[in-house]
Amino acid sequence: MEELVWLIPTLPLAGFLLLVAFGRRMGEPAAGWLASAMMAGSFAATVVVFAGLFNEPESHRIFTQSLFTWIAVDGFEVSVGLLADPLSITMALFVTGVGALIHLYSIGYMHGDKDFSKFFIYMNLFAFSMLVLVLADNLLLTFVGWEGVGTCSYLLISFWFTDEQNAVAGKKAFVTNRLGDVGFMLGTFVLWTTIGSINYLDIDAAVSAELIAGVTATAIALLFFIAATGKSAQIPLFVWLPDAMAGPTPVSALIHAATMVAAGVFLLVRMSPVLHEAAWANDVIAWVGVITAFVAATIAVAQNDIKKVLAFSTISQLGYMFLAIGTGAYAAAMFHMVTHAFFKALLFLGAGSVIHGMDDRQDMRVMGGLSKFMPLTTITFLVGWLAIAGVPPFSGFWSKDEILASAWAFDSGGAALWVIGLVTALITAFYMSRQVIMVFYGRPHWRDETARTPAPASLSAAAENPGGDGEAELDVDGLARLPADYQPHESPWQMTVPLVFLSLLAVVGGVLNLPFLEELALLENWLEPVTLPHEAGSGAELWALASAATAIALIGIGSATVIYQRRRVSRELVERRLFSKGWYVDIFYSWFTGHPGRRFFDAIRWFDEKVIDGAANGVAGLVRRSGTALRSLQTGYVRNYALGVAFGTVLLLVYFITRIQV
Amino acid sequence: MIGVLARLAQDTGDGILVPAEPIQAGVTQIATPEIQWVALLPHLILVVGGILLLTIASLFRHRVPRWAYTIYTVAVAAGAIIAALPLWVRVQDAERGPFSAIAGALGVDGFSIFITVIICAGVILTALLADGYLKREGIDGPELFVLLLLAASGGTIMASANDLIVLFLGLEILSISVYVMAAMHARRFTSLEAGMKYFILGAFSSAFFLYGIALVYGASGSTNMIRINQYLASPTGVVLSENGLLLGGFALLLVGFGFKVAAVPFHAWAPDVYQGAPTPVTAFMASAVKAGGFAAMLRVFVLTFGTFSGDWQPVVFALAVLSLLVGSVLAIVQTNVKRMLAYSSIAHAGFILVGVEVATEQGTAAALFYLAAYTFMVVGSFAVITVVGRKGDGHHELSDYRGLARRQPVLAFVFTILLLAQAGVPFTAGFFAKFYVISAAVDAENYSLAIIAMVSAVIAAFLYLRIMISMYMSTDSEAVTGEPDRVPVPLAAGIALFVACVVTVVIGFVPGPITDLANDAVPFLVQVG
Repeated sequence: MEELVWLIPTLPLAGFLLLVAFGRRMGEPAAGWLASAMMAGSFAATVVVFAGLFNEPESHRIFTQSLFTWIAVDGFEVSVGLLADPLSITMALFVTGVGALIHLYSIGYMHGDKDFSKFFIYMNLFAFSMLVLVLADNLLLTFVGWEGVGTCSYLLISFWFTDEQNAVAGKKAFVTNRLGDVGFMLGTFVLWTTIGSINYLDIDAAVSAELIAGVTATAIALLFFIAATGKSAQIPLFVWLPDAMAGPTPVSALIHAATMVAAGVFLLVRMSPVLHEAAWANDVIAWVGVITAFVAATIAVAQNDIKKVLAFSTISQLGYMFLAIGTGAYAAAMFHMVTHAFFKALLFLGAGSVIHGMDDRQDMRVMGGLSKFMPLTTITFLVGWLAIAGVPPFSGFWSKDEILASAWAFDSGGAALWVIGLVTALITAFYMSRQVIMVFYGRPHWRDETARTPAPASLSAAAENPGGDGEAELDVDGLARLPADYQPHESPWQMTVPLVFLSLLAVVGGVLNLPFLEELALLENWLEPVTLPHEAGSGAELWALASAATAIALIGIGSATVIYQRRRVSRELVERRLFSKGWYVDIFYSWFTGHPGRRFFDAIRWFDEKVIDGAANGVAGLVRRSGTALRSLQTGYVRNYALGVAFGTVLLLVYFITRIQV
Repeated sequence: MIGVLARLAQDTGDGILVPAEPIQAGVTQIATPEIQWVALLPHLILVVGGILLLTIASLFRHRVPRWAYTIYTVAVAAGAIIAALPLWVRVQDAERGPFSAIAGALGVDGFSIFITVIICAGVILTALLADGYLKREGIDGPELFVLLLLAASGGTIMASANDLIVLFLGLEILSISVYVMAAMHARRFTSLEAGMKYFILGAFSSAFFLYGIALVYGASGSTNMIRINQYLASPTGVVLSENGLLLGGFALLLVGFGFKVAAVPFHAWAPDVYQGAPTPVTAFMASAVKAGGFAAMLRVFVLTFGTFSGDWQPVVFALAVLSLLVGSVLAIVQTNVKRMLAYSSIAHAGFILVGVEVATEQGTAAALFYLAAYTFMVVGSFAVITVVGRKGDGHHELSDYRGLARRQPVLAFVFTILLLAQAGVPFTAGFFAKFYVISAAVDAENYSLAIIAMVSAVIAAFLYLRIMISMYMSTDSEAVTGEPDRVPVPLAAGIALFVACVVTVVIGFVPGPITDLANDAVPFLVQVG
């Protein structure tokens, strides 16, 4: 049954091609249904392949399918081949599953958009690229998918490109990602020169045969980590993700929460045999991960845009995954990636439902009390909240707990990593509770006279202050004002059905990998052929760590209640300016490229204009002059041409006569 | 000069004819070799198809609609391709492998079959293109199609010839057909001029070629490539005490080939003839005629004279460099699009010569890939030129393309893809074609040639961009003065354009299958019997 693996990426590709050809004619909603059907079909194919793989004995759970030779040069051959193993199929399962739900949701969300069919063209193209990335059996093909998802991300962030802010956000994402891509390419080159192959199975074999020296492995690991910091929005390249929220909300859910941003994590897990040999690169990964998790969580505390809170939260959760990778707990990273895909997609779609119900308002300060108006959205959002906050038995608790346990057991500086991770968990529970309270409980603020006159700060205002500015005065924008008798409404069924499905997954996702018994660690056992087994502490120790995590989550929720529900403490105490300004990272980047960096860029520009362009223009002038001169030889007379042939013949004969050996 | 030639001529004394079959004494019957009809089938289909068309059309002159000629020609060429497929399977079969037919006169190997298929594909595309052209220009009769099929048979024979005389026969069948085709548009003076120029210069170069065969025969004692190769590889051949005859033969054969593939300095005819000939014929000359010429060149030089590659490589190197540079430099100072592409086809010939020069199997495979990709790109490009040329086939100036993108966006887009492919932009067939040729040169450690090829590609890119810019340039002034009408795209030409464009893009994404085929299409010289 594994032979069907080619169908998984082919179906979205077919959807893409059909929509390119007929999308405009199909219109709304047929184009959306076609795209969703293709995703559902792709999910079904993935399930079949999964079942086939599952029935194999553990050592045989690797299936490669070479579709055709892509590039063949002497000594360098790349085939377009698919690799179905536990890792790629796990990834493909949730990409297609969550993807299908989000496609369905988009039919409702994009209702009435003039580019309805174009949206689904991009979405199917994205799904295809993501599946190529996941299922590729070599680095070059993965890179094709990697660039493909980047392109789709760019196209979808600036989907409403007539607003300049959206176009700018798209460009920012693209440029930032390119910085990371350099790492991907260099890493591939280094691997190629070291072992002469970029095929994953060859890489595994080379590591087993100890063909890669420790130093080289460290370099490769760091280069691929640079790639991952771009795609997965880690320090220092995380700045693009909050701005990427300019895209339609289903895009934020699918691309910028569940799937594409996890590609960096996937890549490192794919390269885990090399990472295992890379000495201190793992410390770098763990520390960057945990610091990103902490910094992004603090920023999330001071955001007022409903989607930006979730964006920083995504960065923070991705930081946890890198912490897991750095400490060698690859299965835990994958576990958290899956549960995060469930609950973060749920939260984003819930936020989209709220935005939809609030007539496109995104500022949480004008919301409140929505639980009365949008019951289904509220219940599902609450599930997502409990999951991300780490309250047992919701899925987020189990995966986060495993990562913290693995940090605790890490031999160099594990305790410090664990403490920062735990503090981050506290902040996570805090900002998520803050969001739930501000949106769903309390007074309905859009009815306030004070809030109504100044209307919500639009996303564009936030984009001008990169990183968000919680203390900015609310814009007085008459257009954004809601009437006093405005009634928020629940969303259509295409939007709520995916919410319900995802909330169920967010509740039970934890059973994928329970820590109590070895037999219950399903995901870890399943991934074992790909990732290396990882031991994290004994039973009693785990119980203590889990209790600490639970307690910390409850403290976070409690303190948010005190500040935002009961209003015992001023919110300014936690919403620090440093946080709302995003630790001034974005501002620093703007300043740097504008001032000291500027001279450097100007120098490069001078070099480009004078030296490179100068050389090119000089050659062009030479070519043109010599062309004009040669042209005069072309007289049009046959006798002259015959003379030319004869002249050439004489030259050839003279040459050969000099070579006669007497 | 004459003294040298006289000295060369004296050496012919030792050359003796080695008969292919021992002639039995007392038997009056001439010994005829066994004929393997199946090996001949692709050639026969083309020849018989051409003659049959001529016969039928002259019997029922006014009762056959023109489109029937087109369909017939396409069917015959497709039949030849189909007949070639079992042969391909047979020669790829490890147990049976390539073989020689008709006492070693023809070689049936992957190489000859690959070229046969390329030429037939060129015929199909040209026939589709000619259909609308002939209608537009008001030219009746099946002659063009007949000549097309006969020329193709000449090309396929050149590609399969294992004997220099047979090769020469193929060359002349091809050339004479194409001379007439070039003059086909009898009401246009330039067409007649093109045919005449091509004929005179072609005859001139054929004479050199024939003299070259004679000299090689003098040196080796045979015109059969299998025997020549064996003779040169044998100890007596290597220490050929006087190799003057052989080298003289090399020089004159290279002149002949250089003329046929339009390599500098034997290229001067090409721009005039390409420009003057009816545009579909130009497409055929640039694709199939070149394919035939290069096939024969690879067979004779890389395969038969492979042991003497040290002697001829420097000359081919010079031809390649000159073609690359002169072709691309002269192309960019033209203002006539048809002439631009004529020069650019000289530069393309330079690229293929790079594949010949390295004289390795990799180089041969790269040249084959180039020919396959180039056939589709160039016929597609000339298809656009045919259509834009309007009635009278005269609107080929750069200014005629101005604003095309606005009037006919699809046509302009297709042309853009084909031009980008010719420029060698990634994700088109042209990129991999250039890439393989250059990497063959690099692997043969011929870095200077690789660098010159890359520089030439950059220079030529300007030319293609220039055409594109004029298509997409705004024509505000013309909107006032009244701009030309849309040009009609006939159905058959549309099909040819579509096929050319799709193949170009598909190969650009998935070159693997063609690369595999080109790698399997290695030429062989197989001993008879």
